[in-house]
Amino acid sequence: MKGSTRILLAAVSAAMLAACGQQASKDQPALVEIDKDPYPSTYTPLPSPATAITNVTLLDGVGGMVEGASVLFENGKVVAVGADIQIPENAQIIDGTDKWVTPGIIDVHSHLGVYPSPGTHSHSDGNEMTKPVTAEVWAEHSIWVQDAGFSRALAGGVTALQILPGSANLVGGRAITVKNLPDRTVQSMKFPDAPYGLKMACGENPKRVYGDKGGPATRMGNVAGYRQAWADAQDYKRQWEKYRAEHKAGKNPKAPKRDLTMDTLVGVLDGEIMVHMHCYRADEMAIMMDLMKEFEYQIASFQHAVESYKITDLLAENNVCSAMWADWWGFKMEAYDGIRENVPMVHNGGACAIVHSDDDLGIQRLNQEAAKALGDGLRAGIEISKAEAWQWLSANPAKSLGIFDQTGSLETGKNADLVLWSTDPFSTYAQAERVYIDGGLAYDRQDPDSWPVQDFELGQPGEGDVK
Amino acid sequence: MKQAAIVLLTALGCFSAQAENIAIIGGYVHTMSEQGSVEKGTVLIKDGRVESVSEQLDAPQGYRVIDATDKIVTPGLIGAYTSLGLVEVGMSAGTVDASAKSEDYSPYGAALDVSYAFNPDSTLIPVSRIEGFTVTASGMSGTHSLFGGQGGVFSLGDDNNLVKRSAFMTLAVDNGGADDNGGSRAALWPKLENALAEAMSLQGNVLAPKDEWHGKLSKEDVNALLPVVSGEMPLFIDARRKADILQVIALKQRHPQLKLALLYATEAWRVADAIAQAQIPVVLDPEANLPGSFDQLGATMANAGRLDAAGVSVSIGMDTHNLRLATQHAGNAVANGLPWQQGLAALTINTARLLGIEQEYGSLESGKVADVVIWSGDPLQVMEAPEQVIIRGQEIRLESRQTKLRDRYLTLSQDKPQGYIRP
Repeated sequence: MKGSTRILLAAVSAAMLAACGQQASKDQPALVEIDKDPYPSTYTPLPSPATAITNVTLLDGVGGMVEGASVLFENGKVVAVGADIQIPENAQIIDGTDKWVTPGIIDVHSHLGVYPSPGTHSHSDGNEMTKPVTAEVWAEHSIWVQDAGFSRALAGGVTALQILPGSANLVGGRAITVKNLPDRTVQSMKFPDAPYGLKMACGENPKRVYGDKGGPATRMGNVAGYRQAWADAQDYKRQWEKYRAEHKAGKNPKAPKRDLTMDTLVGVLDGEIMVHMHCYRADEMAIMMDLMKEFEYQIASFQHAVESYKITDLLAENNVCSAMWADWWGFKMEAYDGIRENVPMVHNGGACAIVHSDDDLGIQRLNQEAAKALGDGLRAGIEISKAEAWQWLSANPAKSLGIFDQTGSLETGKNADLVLWSTDPFSTYAQAERVYIDGGLAYDRQDPDSWPVQDFELGQPGEGDVK
Repeated sequence: MKQAAIVLLTALGCFSAQAENIAIIGGYVHTMSEQGSVEKGTVLIKDGRVESVSEQLDAPQGYRVIDATDKIVTPGLIGAYTSLGLVEVGMSAGTVDASAKSEDYSPYGAALDVSYAFNPDSTLIPVSRIEGFTVTASGMSGTHSLFGGQGGVFSLGDDNNLVKRSAFMTLAVDNGGADDNGGSRAALWPKLENALAEAMSLQGNVLAPKDEWHGKLSKEDVNALLPVVSGEMPLFIDARRKADILQVIALKQRHPQLKLALLYATEAWRVADAIAQAQIPVVLDPEANLPGSFDQLGATMANAGRLDAAGVSVSIGMDTHNLRLATQHAGNAVANGLPWQQGLAALTINTARLLGIEQEYGSLESGKVADVVIWSGDPLQVMEAPEQVIIRGQEIRLESRQTKLRDRYLTLSQDKPQGYIRP
């Protein structure tokens, strides 16, 4: 919160300077600056009294597993984790015998809110299918916070998620990371200090959508499209750098015309915005990694990454995560080579593996997706522990989103984003009993009166029912 | 009705010659028959059929022994409503036989017949069977006509796949069905009633090309409906909201001879008793719990459990590429109130009854086709998997295009291009 407030104040004061016409020197107008956070987070955590969950099997999310463990948290933060910790007298104690605790699940690929339920045409706000490069659009301006999918995902242990534009465009627009605590506005869900993401897409979708609308019609057309966009962004960046340098030198330069598309692309070139690229085929991913070197940016993750298992070495070398399903395949040609061992093979190859959903049902059971992938890996002879595998659901997603300093593991000082599971979460029968976000109890399966009910669900069949 | 050109094919006799005799010993056998579960039992397989399930733990002479100690043994699983064999790649990849354009021959869609379209070489078949599925109902998924054509039942064995032709007819009365048929349920239902009335008016007599006919349906479509109106061929009706499900029950009351089943039935739990009373089985997706449209607002994961508690027969298994996930779906139904045995029944015997193949499939009983799966553990657990799959008495290789891709890339070779590596 503090960080974003600081940025906001700086932005406001810059704007005021410009607005009031105050000048740094007598002849020089104030430097024109771009507010990078014009829709700031207003997130307020739930109350977080001292709470201890005891006697659990605990996965810390970074590869550790402790039996008979306790976790203590207060004021939104993890205070202590381990088999032998001091629990203060004022703490509420929850006996977790036979139960498991893990970090909250973070889904790096969701369209909740932009393709909400009900999925009517009126609600279809995820793909700005008007031109191939729409870096200027932001998913947060489409999100319908009353999507019942948020509360279902919460009941599945999801504490944070990235919501992206769809994959129709070469560059689809900005993605946003939110806390899974739906409220009246998207600003109130916005994950404080999380960097923006940029959704890009390889392959079939852009060429299918634009093949009859002026292109790109081919994969080579796709690549030409990305390259031109980055070349334009480099030019725009140079214009602003020149402007700032001249201003600094005391000259009176004219600020370049603001271009919202280029603002976002330059954010990537400056390392402030993380690229998440929908890309299925291994050969295409390899081209994208060359492309990112050509234009000097970093791809944080390939999304869907159905063929990552073919190039685990390249992915590891280039430090690009793969966000994957456990077993989806075959719905189009670029998904035809999907195999069940993709996730464990990427992990085994030393690259960063993430289990994602891209689905309003799948997001409710990401623990089971990880379990399937783990089971398939074990049968293929890839030895991975459950504790290691949980990294696919929390630490690795957090890293790829740039929020691992705040969440994604149960370590002292981290946000108390965690789930109490009824049993081993690698079981089909496991259910999230309690879900905490920043130490606040966001979901309690034992207490139906506490379950969130979205506006849309009020007065409809099944209101407040078990879901 | 005997005049109607309905051919029910079973694979009986087509496959027994080459099958070996097998004794599966020591496993926890869930027969899904009246025999119940045998904690440590022996399944004997002879001539491609189940010979017996017993508590004896030894094999007669001449049987190959499979040790199933600490394993779970079940009947082969049955896909309840899929498009397996009718689609290879769903989108932008050539012909998908699971969908059809409305055309002159069958404007009502009733005459469409998937048994001509099933492709036994589809890679989806090995992908599905190595996960325990040995039989599937395959039907069309999109015709934009009133009816969705005649589905068939197919074995996922190596050959002679057709188990039952014209096993069911499909129909949608949900929002999608209404959109395709006049844009309103007010148009769809009279259209359906008229179609059934025209078929009934023939009193079982198949129209010949020379016959005079003044109905709205094409001769081919009305002929195809004869076994539906006689109750020989079940009509699977996609209905989601409570009101539509009640209309389906009313249809059954108007025409008691019709054999109906409900597909999806998202809000079925709201009228579970009425469905049970009308003896209409339900095929559902237990994980559908979102108000995805205005005709499934009451969606809940408790649907399967509540229906079962009311006495409704529930089947699970409606995916095509990932039919294999039906075990997970059933497991999630169990986590939300469906008894475990019923979760397994939803993948086996209930579905066999739904498809009218329960004399041959769906349970481990003497004389039934020997489709048997030996699991590493609880089949509904996501981390468990089949270790051996027997279809019609023959153990299949647990191999698919996917396992070959896996094996090719399990170790990345730098010595030569990957194409030279034969897994």
